[in-house]
Amino acid sequence: MRIAVGHLYPEYLNIYADRGNIAVLRRRAELRGHRLDVQAVGLGDALDPGVCDLLYVGGGQDREQALVASDLAAKGEAIVEAVASGAALLAVCGGYQLLGRGYRGRDGSFMPGAGLFPHETEAGEERMIGDVLLDCELVPGERRVLAGFENHIGRTLLDPGAEPLGRVVYGFGNDGASGFEGCRLDRALGTYLHGPLLPRNAWLSDWLLSQALAHATGGDPYALDPLPDELEAEALRVATGRAKARGGRP
Amino acid sequence: MSVRLGLEVGVARTVGTLSRAAGRGGGTTLPGKLLWKIDPGAVDALAARLREGVALVSATNGKTTTTAMAARILGSAHRLAWNSAGANLLSGIASALVSADGAQLGLLEVDEGALAEAVARTRPRAVLLGNLFRDQLDRYGELELVAERWRETVATLPEETTLVVNADDPVVGDLDSTRARVLRFGLDDPRHARSSLQHAADSKYCLRCGAPYVYEAAYVGHLGEYRCDACGHARPPLDVAATAIELHGLQGSRFLLETAHGSAEIGLGLPGLYNVYNAVAAASLCFALATPPAAIRTGLEDFGAAFGRFERIPLGAKTIVMLLIKNPAGANEALRTLETGVPPVLVIALNDAIADGRDVSWIWDVDFEPLLPHAGTVVASGERAAELALRLVHGGLPEERLELEPALERALDRGLELTEAGGTLVVLPTYTAMLALRGTLADRGVVRPYWERDT
Repeated sequence: MRIAVGHLYPEYLNIYADRGNIAVLRRRAELRGHRLDVQAVGLGDALDPGVCDLLYVGGGQDREQALVASDLAAKGEAIVEAVASGAALLAVCGGYQLLGRGYRGRDGSFMPGAGLFPHETEAGEERMIGDVLLDCELVPGERRVLAGFENHIGRTLLDPGAEPLGRVVYGFGNDGASGFEGCRLDRALGTYLHGPLLPRNAWLSDWLLSQALAHATGGDPYALDPLPDELEAEALRVATGRAKARGGRP
Repeated sequence: MSVRLGLEVGVARTVGTLSRAAGRGGGTTLPGKLLWKIDPGAVDALAARLREGVALVSATNGKTTTTAMAARILGSAHRLAWNSAGANLLSGIASALVSADGAQLGLLEVDEGALAEAVARTRPRAVLLGNLFRDQLDRYGELELVAERWRETVATLPEETTLVVNADDPVVGDLDSTRARVLRFGLDDPRHARSSLQHAADSKYCLRCGAPYVYEAAYVGHLGEYRCDACGHARPPLDVAATAIELHGLQGSRFLLETAHGSAEIGLGLPGLYNVYNAVAAASLCFALATPPAAIRTGLEDFGAAFGRFERIPLGAKTIVMLLIKNPAGANEALRTLETGVPPVLVIALNDAIADGRDVSWIWDVDFEPLLPHAGTVVASGERAAELALRLVHGGLPEERLELEPALERALDRGLELTEAGGTLVVLPTYTAMLALRGTLADRGVVRPYWERDT
């Protein structure tokens, strides 16, 4: 099966090894006989909400983020429509911030976002940097951990009732206070966790692939054959230990 | 020397000696840490006593090697206060100043984040700024933050200070725009340009207007000959340039060092285009300090390598080549020197202590892909060996050519075992892994501990 991926601004938003997340999705799809077809969606490119099974938005340095922010906001309607029609999405760090309602700077300025996730981000006083461990339950009854690394000064405040990606076990999370990290809206996930996120968190890669395949087939989440994942398990074990030993505290 | 300063320096020196005697390794920053704690102003006083002033060197990549090259050039005619072991925070600078008895000239490598304070305290005669790349973001923050601090620092430099900048880096080359005393260096040999900008290239968009730069030639990361077609911002003319560059794999390189006053052919015993950059940078700094061209040539040609950055270690019938990797741009250049020749066995070691960067995501920005078809077996090692192994597998390394051995010493021995007699084992460690591996080799008597080195 072909999985159509729209990778937004790969030339600008690529700071925390975002290509690693794409490489993992590609490999895990291919090992199951599927094919990832990744198209770059750049400044000024049209985004057809019906075309992509999965959208990916990475993180950038402030300068690069500022260069794409207005273009991404202009694509907001198409992104909202794509997710509403069942496309999967992963947004990391800056991409996660820019997909909310907007970013309020220290000087009071407001940079509007794409308006997908029900949150707003404001510049904080101190950077939240360190290893993170989350407790997630994307499928009711299936609790899983996610290990990553966060480095952000923005404090992201979820609207009341918004669903986080997970509960912070170790680390700062969205705002260093709420105890929650990331945001989930249907098949769309936003998070501060990079590292990159997917190589060591194999289950999340498979969750995203199965949602994207569901969109591609118009059916239910697609069952994927398990993979051996020995290196993945070892990397996760070490990263979990790091978060436990030295993750920031919310 | 004032009585108080003399007393402090005496105490600090004693601590350094005791630290080495206690076998705690080096003691390179311990006396400085103490002095820095007792009296930070002592750094100002010690720097002011250097008759020939102070030269500072900073960059994301290559600052230790560049400083060591400049030390080789300057060391024959000047007694130097030089932080040779790469201890480049203010405490390390304090140590270098304390322990250099009778020094005339300060030659100090400075961490990018410590430049402002180092400038304020040492009132340098010359400041060399080499490049800015994305580096350990968990420690330094984004590139633009460092660039902004550098801009503020350059604005505070005394008028008589000479600023030496790499014109090939759009951000660094732009730091000098209003200064009178400035020397710009770079490379001019489009045969060595990359066909496209690397994944990890950073300053890809025009500083002035945000449009993408057009590169006549991109040499290392985003370093090269750039121009913006939208607003006209372009690489400034070079005062010192390396041209006619020939690269000879791991053996070294040759190039022509060109200035307005003449040129000299230089043979360098270090591999890769990035070391040509280091050499041109060191030469430019020495020009700024009025060093005769003959001394510059001799110094560069005699230069071995800076501590741990590049080492060739004979071990019986085999040779270990150790190249430090610490961020995407630097690692890409180290890997590029391995793309020709016999496929070596590789030990790559990824640690994640503070000095390595706790955030290991940078390994995904390194272009391992071109190297892997040329590599033999790769032993992934270090505390984050499994993360590294995942990176290599996703880069196309077949699993049958990958071995996982987190323990550094065992990984080294396994690499040696896999290397044929007469062959070369290439070891690519991050900083603390390099220290540990050198420690192992020192215990075995094949390398000298770093505080006994004299490069």
